[in-house]
Amino acid sequence: MALKMVKGSIDRMFDKNLQDLVRGIRNHKEDEAKYISQCIDEIKQELKQDNIAVKANAVCKLTYLQMLGYDISWAAFNIIEVMSASKFTFKRIGYLAASQSFHEGTDVIMLTTNQIRKDLSSPSQYDTGVALTGLSCFVTPDLARDLANDIMTLMSHTKPYIRKKAVLIMYKVFLKYPESLRPAFPRLKEKLEDPDPGVQSAAVNVICELARRNPKNYLSLAPLFFKLMTSSTNNWVLIKIIKLFGALTPLEPRLGKKLIEPLTNLIHSTSAMSLLYECVNTVIAVLISLSSGMPNHSASIQLCVQKLRILIEDSDQNLKYLGLLAMSKILKTHPKSVQSHKDLILQCLDDKDESIRLRALDLLYGMVSKKNLMEIVKKLMTHVDKAEGTTYRDELLTKIIDICSQSNYQYITNFEWYISILVELTRLEGTRHGHLIAAQMLDVAIRVKAIRKFAVSQMSALLDSAHLLASSTQRNGICEVLYAAAWICGEFSEHLQEPHHTLEAMLRPKVTTLPGHIQAVYVQNVVKLYASILQQKEQAGEAEGAQAVTQLMVDRLPQFVQSADLEVQERASCILQLVKHIQKLQAKDVPVAEEVSALFAGELNPVAPKAQKKVPVPEGLDLDAWINEPLSDSESEDERPRAVFHEEEQRRPKPRPSEADEEELARRREARKQEQANNPFYIKSSPSPQKRYQDAPGVEHIPVVQIDLSVPLKVPGLPMSDQYVKLEEERRHRQKLEKDRRRKKRKEKEKKGKRRHSSLPTESDEDIAPAQQVDIITEEMPENALPSDEDDKDPNDPYRALDIDLDKPLADSEKLPIQKHRNAETSKSPEKDVPVVEKKSKKPKKKEKKHKEKERDKEKKKEKEKKAEDLDFWLSTTPPPAPAPAPAPVPSTEELSVNAVTAPKDEYEDAKTEARGEEDDAEGQDQDKKSPKHKKKKHKKEKEERIKGKKKSKKQPPGSEEAAGEPVQNGAPEEEQLPPESSYSLLAENSYVKMTCDIRGSLQEDSQVTVAIVLENRSSSILKGMELSVLDSLNARMARPQGSSVHDGVPVPFQLPPGVSNEAQYVFTIQSIVTAQKLKGTLSFIAKNDEGATHEKLDFRLHFSCSSYLITTPCYSDAFAKLLESGDLSMSSVKVDGIRMSFQNLLAKICFHHHFSVVERVDSCASMYSRSIQGHHVCLLVKKGGDSVSVDGKCSDSTLLSSLLEEMKATLAKC
Amino acid sequence: MIKAILIFNNHGKPRLSKFYQPYSEDTQQQIIRETFHLVSKRDENVCNFLEGGLLIGGSDNKLIYRHYATLYFVFCVDSSESELGILDLIQVFVETLDKCFENVCELDLIFHVDKVHNILAEMVMGGMVLETNMNEIVTQIDAQNKLEKSELYLQHLWGSRKEGGRTKTSLLQAGLAGAPARAVSAVKNMNLPEIPRNINIGDISIKVPNLPSFK
Repeated sequence: MALKMVKGSIDRMFDKNLQDLVRGIRNHKEDEAKYISQCIDEIKQELKQDNIAVKANAVCKLTYLQMLGYDISWAAFNIIEVMSASKFTFKRIGYLAASQSFHEGTDVIMLTTNQIRKDLSSPSQYDTGVALTGLSCFVTPDLARDLANDIMTLMSHTKPYIRKKAVLIMYKVFLKYPESLRPAFPRLKEKLEDPDPGVQSAAVNVICELARRNPKNYLSLAPLFFKLMTSSTNNWVLIKIIKLFGALTPLEPRLGKKLIEPLTNLIHSTSAMSLLYECVNTVIAVLISLSSGMPNHSASIQLCVQKLRILIEDSDQNLKYLGLLAMSKILKTHPKSVQSHKDLILQCLDDKDESIRLRALDLLYGMVSKKNLMEIVKKLMTHVDKAEGTTYRDELLTKIIDICSQSNYQYITNFEWYISILVELTRLEGTRHGHLIAAQMLDVAIRVKAIRKFAVSQMSALLDSAHLLASSTQRNGICEVLYAAAWICGEFSEHLQEPHHTLEAMLRPKVTTLPGHIQAVYVQNVVKLYASILQQKEQAGEAEGAQAVTQLMVDRLPQFVQSADLEVQERASCILQLVKHIQKLQAKDVPVAEEVSALFAGELNPVAPKAQKKVPVPEGLDLDAWINEPLSDSESEDERPRAVFHEEEQRRPKPRPSEADEEELARRREARKQEQANNPFYIKSSPSPQKRYQDAPGVEHIPVVQIDLSVPLKVPGLPMSDQYVKLEEERRHRQKLEKDRRRKKRKEKEKKGKRRHSSLPTESDEDIAPAQQVDIITEEMPENALPSDEDDKDPNDPYRALDIDLDKPLADSEKLPIQKHRNAETSKSPEKDVPVVEKKSKKPKKKEKKHKEKERDKEKKKEKEKKAEDLDFWLSTTPPPAPAPAPAPVPSTEELSVNAVTAPKDEYEDAKTEARGEEDDAEGQDQDKKSPKHKKKKHKKEKEERIKGKKKSKKQPPGSEEAAGEPVQNGAPEEEQLPPESSYSLLAENSYVKMTCDIRGSLQEDSQVTVAIVLENRSSSILKGMELSVLDSLNARMARPQGSSVHDGVPVPFQLPPGVSNEAQYVFTIQSIVTAQKLKGTLSFIAKNDEGATHEKLDFRLHFSCSSYLITTPCYSDAFAKLLESGDLSMSSVKVDGIRMSFQNLLAKICFHHHFSVVERVDSCASMYSRSIQGHHVCLLVKKGGDSVSVDGKCSDSTLLSSLLEEMKATLAKC
Repeated sequence: MIKAILIFNNHGKPRLSKFYQPYSEDTQQQIIRETFHLVSKRDENVCNFLEGGLLIGGSDNKLIYRHYATLYFVFCVDSSESELGILDLIQVFVETLDKCFENVCELDLIFHVDKVHNILAEMVMGGMVLETNMNEIVTQIDAQNKLEKSELYLQHLWGSRKEGGRTKTSLLQAGLAGAPARAVSAVKNMNLPEIPRNINIGDISIKVPNLPSFK
């Protein structure tokens, strides 16, 4: 009701809100643009007002207009104003507008830095969330640099909602500011094991995205991902991880071997098609990466193909599509397995869905062999005829050409057939790909010498029917074919049967309607034809005939001279003059043919792409040296050429020492020749032209082409390619019979020769010899050119910057810039404590720095080695992924401490901010911003202490002797400021050692807690050989290394020099958590000093309070209310008198010691929530009246509740 | 990565456009037009994947779309996303819209594009999938709506209490600028008992249940 009132008033107040705008636009369909420009004027007025609500409304409308395509960059500043509103409602509008319209070019974007930082550290999670969401869309390199540290801090926020957003946005930050990747990576890695599945999935997402671009840097994470893959049940996460593995396997074949089994299991077990599909994909990737030495890999391939066939046969078009897509991947390496499904794929060609047809076409590309090429193309040709849409038909056309021309016409056995296919394709109307067909015709005619005669006859037929082509397809690309036809007829005119006829065809007036560039080719080639006709006539002594041809030229050429196209005009007038001159000479009976043909003597050879680039620099030529002294620098023009040269220089492959070069090349050439010579079906290339010059007498040895006479050379009119299919079949049949005869004799020989090269055509292919022994002229390459494919890499790839080695130790210079001053809000506050705290935390840092650095280096080095070893070990073929056996004998501890070692790097500098974050959470739920500052301060100290404690222990990696030798100096000051409360409680102490411990539960393990015991050496002796023995109870037992008995002690994985403390972690399994537990234990150790060594003991009692089974879990008030209403909870209460502490501090204490979070707070009444590791909900209502406090509790387990309340009573009594 | 998310109706009118790469407004419109052109001419019972959004970079990208009544939901993604996964995400998106708008129809999207954006922001962030659990998304959206509502409600209460004499319009104009934080909590507390009844949330357990198995 109230909301309605507000809405009503808003409606009245503003001229228009978003809904009105939308309605207005819909009502002004005719003059929409005018109406909108009017609205924009109104918006501009609204933006001028001071009222933030009016502004927000205006910005909201602008966002809508932006979607309709209106530029709203002029309002960027107003958007920032709305972003900085204190109300979430408006802030959200502002950030949305910014995310839609800001980009790197927005100049005011730098003004947002502080506002965003403020929002990121806001106590309200939604302010932070909305800022993160907005930032993810418009983050710039500057913003990324300035905010990287703040966002990194948020990755450890207590709320998973913030954590997952912070983790995700880090990817964007990395992209814009690659320097942040190394410092942030350890934390990102930690998030892979976050208790919240959302955060975990976000971290997987980011790392997968990173690893996709630079997979080799993430190989060391493989064991971790493997663990996740086998443990996670979240399909999203699984899919991402499996995709990631697909990217990693090519780099590490051993990984593939390890993956096959679990993936196959998943394929068999999962019901989710998406997961199945990704598994198949990755298995394919694995199989591609593995050499064929894998024993059972044919089984895996079969499994994949089988599953894919099921997908393709499914009625769901999506599955069909994906099945085909994956099939095409298998095709690349295992064509045989796919070829057996040819029927299925051909069937898909008839599918009504174009996407599926296209995919099937892709598959066909890889399925062709010498044997079935004709058949497949025939099928495709019938599709071309049927195809209704031009796009699909064009696609078919290009596919046909692709299929036939792939790997240097490998599968074509009969080029006459191919030429006739090309000619048939020219009948397609309205295709865009005339130039493709033309290019193929040219290529084939130039490179396959044997086919020239046939090609020329076909082309002249095409030219003859040119009027058809030109008239009906003037506007579309098919006339491009004439370009090729004209050129071929001209260049190879010696093969023409009736050159005169063709000449006339090319000089028809209709030709002038063709596009300019084609006419130009016509003109040029007419002369070639003319030259060859002249020669013929002169040789035959027909002077009149020659003159008649000249006359024809003189008569017809003027039509080209008049052409509007410059090229045509110029060529035509040139040639016209030439022909006129010839005419004069002919009149005098001078023989001219020789000279005219000399104009076109010599042969044109195809040049390989990139050939120019690969010309090696001759010895002694320095392209960078100036030929002339450069002019004075003052002229700016000088700079440019230099830059150009410089660039060129970089791209060029560096000339290697010439001797080695030639030797190597010679060797390679020889090897290649050998290989080709051994392959009877390799189509031999003619010697390269350079060679030919060298051994000119060898020209006669070029194999003379044997044209199969069963193929009629003269095809009347346009040929039908179909006839070739039949002919081919007959031919093959003959050949086969002949071969069978021969085979008996050569059986043994052939056996030897079969397995030579993996790229050899399949066995059945080998039986088919090409119809013609054909020369394919290879493309010309400069002599000495270096074969390299590296020049394809794009230097501007943004992901290149992220190619960073993540295992290298972090240098100090790499730390993220930390903002030195706090944001505006806190600097305004009069209290002094903020800077003080900052100073405190800074001081030790400086002192520590050098010390730290040293240790870190050592640590890192070790760690790296260890990592490499770990990976190797993990990858070694032992099937079960057993935990790596490392120095420490306790597996669980070891694992934990390894994690700890990777983490600490930047934990210190974050200690402060982290403390802030956590404290935000403690208050998170109550909206009261003005919480007493001193509380904050205290809280901070505690936190810091805790982290320092952790830190201290981490400085000494377990079992590191050299680190142990160095006394840790900064231990002392911490003791002085030991706060009254710390999560570590005293366990036992004597004159040698002090034991403190902290018990932590985790949501991941519902019956395990980790006990972190800090051992501090207070004596002047070295403590070593420490062993912890704990007497298990029925309910609680310690996790011991495998094989050790209950009565054995568990060794502490480190030694303690005097004054040093370190932390050891042990895992305990708890059966029931509803009551508190006490375990008796003994620490035995050897104290060694100058006088000698003594054996000492210290007894302790480990107290597992019920609070230690609780995990701080945030809860929303509504969910909380629902929980209370549900009635499943039992209730109990407790009351404590005589409490002087403020309510705020009281709550903080409960939160801290008993792991609760505040759900809601009203004056001196608060509801709190927590959750046990076994999933019990615990709800509290804490009320304070005078100096008595009452706590009402509700819990799904009454015993747990009463134990908890007892503990709480004890805590409160101390207040 | 998701490159862009587009919603348009059967006539190609944009109902929501979210680009995770910067494009000029003109290019954006062109992309929407082109995408509509590609998608609209496809039959109902063909596959939901399309290659070759020419404008949004290269061959690596795919259009994955679903057609609901009058609206097309189109996601343009690169090869790091699972095709079936994205199809599922679209389904989750639409179901979430349906939950938040109660029987969502095109009109809801027309008039409340800002809300659709907010919902989307809880699912996809900066081109990466943030959350796929519908309950979790709805919880967050509801909590934010509640926050918004309480801010507006507070505005109203605070205004009427302090400057009761004036008209609503002026009250709000003055009041929206900067309400002291204390007032926020005061009003919120007054309003406390009502809140749980208004909003009903299914599952408070933190464990996110697995996605309903994809197709």
